[in-house]
Amino acid sequence: MDEIVKEFLVESYENLDRLDRDLVALEKDPHADEMLASIFRTIHTLKGASGFLGFGKLEAVAHVGENLLSRLRDGLFTIDPEITSALLAMVDAVRGMLGEIERTDQPGTADHSALIDSLTRLNEARCKPAAAPAPAPLAREPAATAAVSPSPASASASQSEASAAPEAAENRTSAVSDSTIRVDVGLLDKLMNLVGELVLARNQVLQFTSQRADSAFLATAQRLNLITTELQGSVMKTRMQPIGNVWTKLPRVVRDLATSCGKQVRIEMEGQETELDKTIIEAIKDPLTHIVRNSVDHGIETAEVRAARNKPAEGCLTMRAFHEGGQVNIEICDDGGGIDFERVKRKALQRGLVSPEQASRMGDNEALQMIFLPGFSTAEKITNVSGRGVGLDVVKTNIEKIGGTVDLQSQPGDGTTIKIKIPLTLAIIPALIVGSGGDRFAIPQVSLLELVRLEAHQARQQIEIICGAPVYRLRGQLLPLVYLNRELKLGEQAEADSAAVNIVILQADGHPFGLVVDEINDTEEIVVKPLGKQLKGVASFAGATIMGDGKVALILDVLGLAQGSGVVIKVRDRAIQDKAATGRKRVESRQALLLFDAGQGSRMAIPLSMVARLEEFPNSAIEHSGAQEVVRYRGQILPLIRVANHIPAVTKAIVANEPMQVVVYAEDGRSVGLVVGRINDIVQEAITIERRAHSAGIFGSVVIQDKVTDLLDVQALIRVADPSFYPAAKASPAAA
Amino acid sequence: MADSKQYSTFFLNGLFLGVEVLKVQEVIRYQEMTRVPLAPNMIQGLINLRGQIVTAIDLRRRLELPPRPEGQLPMNVVVRSDDGAVSLLVDEIGDVVEIQDEAYERPPETLKGLGRELITGVYKLKERLLLILDTERTVSLPGTYGKSSLKAE
Repeated sequence: MDEIVKEFLVESYENLDRLDRDLVALEKDPHADEMLASIFRTIHTLKGASGFLGFGKLEAVAHVGENLLSRLRDGLFTIDPEITSALLAMVDAVRGMLGEIERTDQPGTADHSALIDSLTRLNEARCKPAAAPAPAPLAREPAATAAVSPSPASASASQSEASAAPEAAENRTSAVSDSTIRVDVGLLDKLMNLVGELVLARNQVLQFTSQRADSAFLATAQRLNLITTELQGSVMKTRMQPIGNVWTKLPRVVRDLATSCGKQVRIEMEGQETELDKTIIEAIKDPLTHIVRNSVDHGIETAEVRAARNKPAEGCLTMRAFHEGGQVNIEICDDGGGIDFERVKRKALQRGLVSPEQASRMGDNEALQMIFLPGFSTAEKITNVSGRGVGLDVVKTNIEKIGGTVDLQSQPGDGTTIKIKIPLTLAIIPALIVGSGGDRFAIPQVSLLELVRLEAHQARQQIEIICGAPVYRLRGQLLPLVYLNRELKLGEQAEADSAAVNIVILQADGHPFGLVVDEINDTEEIVVKPLGKQLKGVASFAGATIMGDGKVALILDVLGLAQGSGVVIKVRDRAIQDKAATGRKRVESRQALLLFDAGQGSRMAIPLSMVARLEEFPNSAIEHSGAQEVVRYRGQILPLIRVANHIPAVTKAIVANEPMQVVVYAEDGRSVGLVVGRINDIVQEAITIERRAHSAGIFGSVVIQDKVTDLLDVQALIRVADPSFYPAAKASPAAA
Repeated sequence: MADSKQYSTFFLNGLFLGVEVLKVQEVIRYQEMTRVPLAPNMIQGLINLRGQIVTAIDLRRRLELPPRPEGQLPMNVVVRSDDGAVSLLVDEIGDVVEIQDEAYERPPETLKGLGRELITGVYKLKERLLLILDTERTVSLPGTYGKSSLKAE
């Protein structure tokens, strides 16, 4: 049976039960206008719905009832027992037909003409005196008798139906109306909270089992464990809805919009049955609609343009949803024109969102991220559909609010794909519990890639230090390491050389990195609790949870941690998240490199892990300390090194670059700023040095994005340009 | 007795402080705490209050008083704030006192800095002065609550 018919049945049964009650109440108090209006509305709705679903017979019966009620409502006559009986008979007839629909999908073959007649006649008979008051004395009597005389017949007819109908209905309604009930969402939320508490209590009980040898207790605990897990799953399920529920209105949106834009668009959907938590469904409803509207309005071209580009006249919009790694992925692909990077840049310039320098420096992926900026629109004219520049930024914010991410990929000419990743639920998540500096922390499983344990002798060999930054070779690729105890300033534990090293390999924003912890415990289902406002400023934590022993543990915010440690660069005041890595194929064990031009057309790269920050300074900020160019930066004096001046092969043609682009390199608390010509991009590359160094300050050359790129040897450069940066390395008396 | 108020009192480094009794959710003994790395100095840790996670603020550090002597365990005064329950760590718990409004006085104009920010009034009791704390401001990080009201004066 159709979902829609099922819903109709459930709703109608509820309404009919209320009608029974209301009609009787109305008979007792014929002047309860509001009740009469409500009865009328109910019958009207029923009539409309049955007409819409093609149940003509049902509609016909409801129609005469409605007619009678409308007269009553208009005050042409008042209700009396006879009318009430007739109306109740109608209700029963309707109920009988609903039961029939439930069993056979059809309103059945029972003949209701007698009932319809009696209702019609009642209606006419009562109306006449009011409609034609003048000949009343004469006409009234026959009319009344006419009304009375058929009524016994109709009453008996309807009674016979009535007697059959309720029984039948009572036997049958059970199937649909009893198998679903409406529940207040608030109640489900409360249930969810309680289950959360139960999960915690279960975890606590399980901890006790490890200390006891009582087998009966053990068995009970096991059982409790199973039941709790199942209960948790079931309660979560009560809140789950298929994503198809929000998608149902999209074909209409697409059709209307396509028509008004004069385009031909077909929408295809895959994975409608993918289930999501109700709160998340609600949260993505508007963003999804917006993305779809955007794709139709901006993405897909008109039929003529498409024909010129050798594409079928009808554009295609594909929506795809699927589960992956405890998350739900939603993809919206169009086969339209793609995003014109140059146009995006031009628009951004026009709207004053970026400066001309910024625009010229911008890579394609950066440009793509621009369309998520507030106030951005590439539409040439404002339509009622889009172009006001309110939209994709809201989409992004809303999705990030529920812990999701939005990715955008575009092939000029071939179309655009928007990928949304959202968590299944927000309340209970699986997490890995780790220990560091004597404290425990929970790491959400979603960001976890793998675990590596190095025995002491392996650790000594395999963890290498590059310019103070520890790295580990994971299957031949360098992985930056972050020590949790140092990152959180937990105080160094005596790091005995004999201790094994535990590395938790995490992924933040597409960048893998290794988090070194003291110990790795179990994975557990944890209940996420928010932190108070006093702790909102601490980016390293996403929340807290209560552990099995009743103590509180903090949940690490992997992205915050990665940003704090410099694994992922937080691009300042441009509001553009660095998503460069996600723009291309994600390969886990590659190294992130910052690409820049040192001077005229000389491409250079340095490992991103060596970059503390990217900054811009106006030329006017430069001051001099002796012969050294410096700027004031975060309360310190930052010496500047102009890369172009120290690399022999580079033409020194970058003087009047405003603002000055500076890569801040930090080591042991000291910083130095490398002045470069232009920051180009951040890429993930597996580095194989093609050619050995041909000049000082350069490690060698690599091929990145099909172009030869020099790999800068930052330390060698600093040694040449600013010997005082490494006090130990030089012992010149002049400097001392 | 219409013009009187009830205050829950406690001691902190020799000061006699009070908060409105209606703001106090409960007073509990020292609880084991989970420290929060990188958190502002005034935050001592998180406690598990019957399944609810409550931030504990060391009132000595909040008021920039000398640290609590070693070995002395603080008490938790759990207050309700706009942002849920927050625990204030104090030295010792006093009584709940009912005080006539006429004993009230605004804090002296010479009160500077933190006192000015956090103390809303002074009650002149027979034996000592009772300082009334503004809980909402106390549980906010310094400088994040009612900035304008501070600068205006």
